[in-house]
Amino acid sequence: MRKLRMSIVHLFLILASFISLFPFAWMLIGMTNTSSDIVKGKFSFGSQFSENLSKLFDTTSLGAAFVNSTVIAIVGTLATLILSSLAGYGFEVYRSKGKDRLFGLLMLSMMMPFAAIMIPLFRMFSGFGLMNSLAAVILPSITTAFMIFFFMQNTKSFPRELLQAGRVDGLSEFSLFTRIYVPTMQPTYAAAGIITFMSYWNNFLWPLIILQTPDKKTLPLIVSSLASSYNPDYGVIMVAIVITTLPTLVVFFLLQKRFVQGMLGSVK
Amino acid sequence: MGGKWNKSSLIGWQFVALPSALILLFSFYPMIQSFILSFQSGKGSVYSYVGIDNYIRLFSDPMFKQAVLNTLLYLIIQVPIMLFLGLIIAHLLNMPNLRFKGFYRTAIFLPCVTSLVSYAVLFKSIFSLDGIANQMLTSLHIINEPIAWLMDPIWARVVIIAAITWRWTGYNMIFYLSAMQNIDPSIYEAASIDGASKIRQFFTITIPMLKPILLFTAIISTNGTLQLFDEVVNITNGGPGNSTMTISQYIYNLSFQYTPNFGYAATVSYAIVIIVAVLALLQLKVGGEKR
Repeated sequence: MRKLRMSIVHLFLILASFISLFPFAWMLIGMTNTSSDIVKGKFSFGSQFSENLSKLFDTTSLGAAFVNSTVIAIVGTLATLILSSLAGYGFEVYRSKGKDRLFGLLMLSMMMPFAAIMIPLFRMFSGFGLMNSLAAVILPSITTAFMIFFFMQNTKSFPRELLQAGRVDGLSEFSLFTRIYVPTMQPTYAAAGIITFMSYWNNFLWPLIILQTPDKKTLPLIVSSLASSYNPDYGVIMVAIVITTLPTLVVFFLLQKRFVQGMLGSVK
Repeated sequence: MGGKWNKSSLIGWQFVALPSALILLFSFYPMIQSFILSFQSGKGSVYSYVGIDNYIRLFSDPMFKQAVLNTLLYLIIQVPIMLFLGLIIAHLLNMPNLRFKGFYRTAIFLPCVTSLVSYAVLFKSIFSLDGIANQMLTSLHIINEPIAWLMDPIWARVVIIAAITWRWTGYNMIFYLSAMQNIDPSIYEAASIDGASKIRQFFTITIPMLKPILLFTAIISTNGTLQLFDEVVNITNGGPGNSTMTISQYIYNLSFQYTPNFGYAATVSYAIVIIVAVLALLQLKVGGEKR
């Protein structure tokens, strides 16, 4: 009876794992096949990989897109980490009634659907003359209430005695932050960095609106425009999807523990 | 003492000022602009006040009704299925003597690392008419003939719901698993001694202990589903015949696909704001009451 129950549990989990992993296998196999084979459901490796790859580079500005996505994700993540940790630290360490009220107000922005603010943002950025610039992609999410909240939560467990000790050593308030807080909080920065990187790397709706010249596109925009063409070439698309997915997959396997910690961090 | 406190508070403001100003500029200011815009109509840079005309138009707009209906349909069907699946899987993975735990957990979590656009396009290719999904299902005799998944209004919705569930079940599972690991095992031991079955323990111990985290995941999933855009655009582009279109996609189409009408699009966007606010309050009330 007990054995039977365990077999059912394993069967269920194997099925769930199979369904979870299947699309990964599908994209890896797909990038070696022709589009018509993919649409017909061929599930074995073919010999089209190099043709698909060269077609992808010939028909799209994939190199530029990779560079754009990378610049946006790295610059955006660094800026977001600096600004959000400054605020999270400030709100928690220098608590006051006024700051608590401001924090509460900022939290409301988490409830604002992006679709509700995208039109004014679009008009704002075209007014600034920042259409088709990578800065325009980064700026609207350069600080988020969620990230400030994340740093504030994690600062609650930061040992305050370290700050007192630093003050005795004659450090200025700002160097307390850069010399004591930042090094001590490295795990928090790593976790926050991973989730922020992911959201910049995968962002779609806002870049779709604000980036309209071909050489300024990001990887998700390339994948989407290839797939929505009248006669999509799935072999080429699969290569683009693998190139888009690989970096986040590598980050995940290198930093698996931090990755999960980052997702859980918000509800500690 | 008071002077010192003020000085320290002042330093604190220096830390929070710039980040807060950026959020006010890029979230709150557009939110107000959007509200003003929702009472205007026009093209290009010429806008005129039309009072509540846009809001009246909402109620006689069949596309808007369809988009709201679709979005709520995804919400009502997809979110409960996903949260329940995540809960079951977390419960199974939390069994103390389960083998290959690490493999299962990683495999089921892995969909979370894909970009929304990429997995949406993958699902589109998997569910093509002669595609792999139809082949597998026919060879297993689950269906007799291929289903035209993306050409049929009902099946297209099923594919979208399946896709979102694939992407996010592992994400929710991780939250539950971590909360379950914080439950004191002696509670279960005591219940076993009292003769409570495993299934009974799941409903009388596990679920009540997880209430705060269940509420948290319900709120973020609701928020996410109400803003659904990437998947629908890339799997069906709203078709066939607008049957899968969401509110976010309708706003996008009104602003950037059809003849631009920013004023009316802003009005539609305030509909989501209201739905998000109402549902969040409702969930907090329901979640808070049963404690």
